[in-house]
Amino acid sequence: MFPGAFDYRAPTSLDEVLELLGEHGEAAKVLAGGQSLIPLLKLRLASPALLVDIGRVPGLQGMTRADGTLVVGARTRHVDLERASPPAGLEILRRAAPQISDPLVRNLGTIGGSLCHADPAGDWGSVAIALGAELVLHSSRGERRVEAREFFQGPFTTILGADELLTELRFPVPSGPAAGTYLKLERKVGDFATVGVAVQVEMDGSRVGRAGIGLTAVAPTNLPARAAETALVGRELDDAAIAEAARLAAEAADPRDDIRGSAAYKRDVVRVFVQRGLRALRQQLGEVRS
Amino acid sequence: MSEITVRVNGREHCQEVEPRVLLVDFIRTRLRLTGTHVGCDTSSCGACTVLLDGAPVKSCTLLAVQADGREITTVEGLARGSELHPVQVGFHEEHGLQCGFCTPGMMLVAAELLERNPDPTEEEIRWAISGNLCRCTGYVNIVKAVQHAARLRREAARPVATGGVG
Repeated sequence: MFPGAFDYRAPTSLDEVLELLGEHGEAAKVLAGGQSLIPLLKLRLASPALLVDIGRVPGLQGMTRADGTLVVGARTRHVDLERASPPAGLEILRRAAPQISDPLVRNLGTIGGSLCHADPAGDWGSVAIALGAELVLHSSRGERRVEAREFFQGPFTTILGADELLTELRFPVPSGPAAGTYLKLERKVGDFATVGVAVQVEMDGSRVGRAGIGLTAVAPTNLPARAAETALVGRELDDAAIAEAARLAAEAADPRDDIRGSAAYKRDVVRVFVQRGLRALRQQLGEVRS
Repeated sequence: MSEITVRVNGREHCQEVEPRVLLVDFIRTRLRLTGTHVGCDTSSCGACTVLLDGAPVKSCTLLAVQADGREITTVEGLARGSELHPVQVGFHEEHGLQCGFCTPGMMLVAAELLERNPDPTEEEIRWAISGNLCRCTGYVNIVKAVQHAARLRREAARPVATGGVG
């Protein structure tokens, strides 16, 4: 299979990228790791007139910590996150990364590319939602920041303008005891999620100060389980609180029957995973405290 | 057309390519290195694995233009002249293949794994090859082949015994 013909540019500065995107708008498509886009080009599901390869733009890759924030460059690869040592409380990044696709894809695929592709079965979207991440979008008009949970508009659709580039993800570093994990059900290793659940809990004394729950592959987009998050805040992480959050998250899910399972099955997996995840976090946080 | 320069198995190639040419097609049809196989062509099977700056990637899911200025190793680059790479010896000794279609990808992944982790557990080997499908062996002999290669590498790296050390 061959992609259709396109023009190709590989700028070496962010300004050049933004200029090209401003000039070509919807006709242009950004190429990062290409692990979603190139299959789409080969299947002719995407036929952009211009590919703007950001692989040679410096400064879009890597992790830095500044002012209580972990800044992750949009072109940081899955494998980089898999092998990184994130700040305490952000271990979910290292736990989710190895669950994405397979090692070969993780050597090229990027966190920013995955978010912008906005597959509802993508894993990073749920993690970004659970962590309360902020996304930095650049265009020649300037810069804006949006919450990860506002970023997704529908399947493969985001609020990203045709002239905008996602340049970095900003994760608040928890100041107190915190833990997070990502649970994923897949038919075989490397498959897309049948269901994925990202859970993050930050404690305030013996009670939950902040909770983040992101759901994968059970709605038109990665979905924040808002009611479940709210139900946890201010409560101890006991069995009753966990069961209620799990029930509310399952209610928020809006899965569809498909070859990976029935809607009812997936909804129940959400419940089980939220419960299982929160119990695991409770245990980890207990170990930290003692 | 774009002009690209890539170093493949230590040899530099400078060629004009259409931007839509995939790296696997560039390697097979332009460079005539047919050890890199096209399997599924949909980024699922890993038969087209090559090392890009040392890291295994699927060459069917990478444009040749993206590899401009970079270093590629294909299965043809594993042996040093007539001396087989330890991974090749391992696949030979442990019968790590049947039809052989997945073998180039498996061997490149294994070679990179052993660079990073000279003494992998069986589980680490299985995770490392999890992006490469084999429809013949059930993976049992592939795992044995990688373990064999790991032993050979460790033995080669060990200083010659002069008593006491090692």
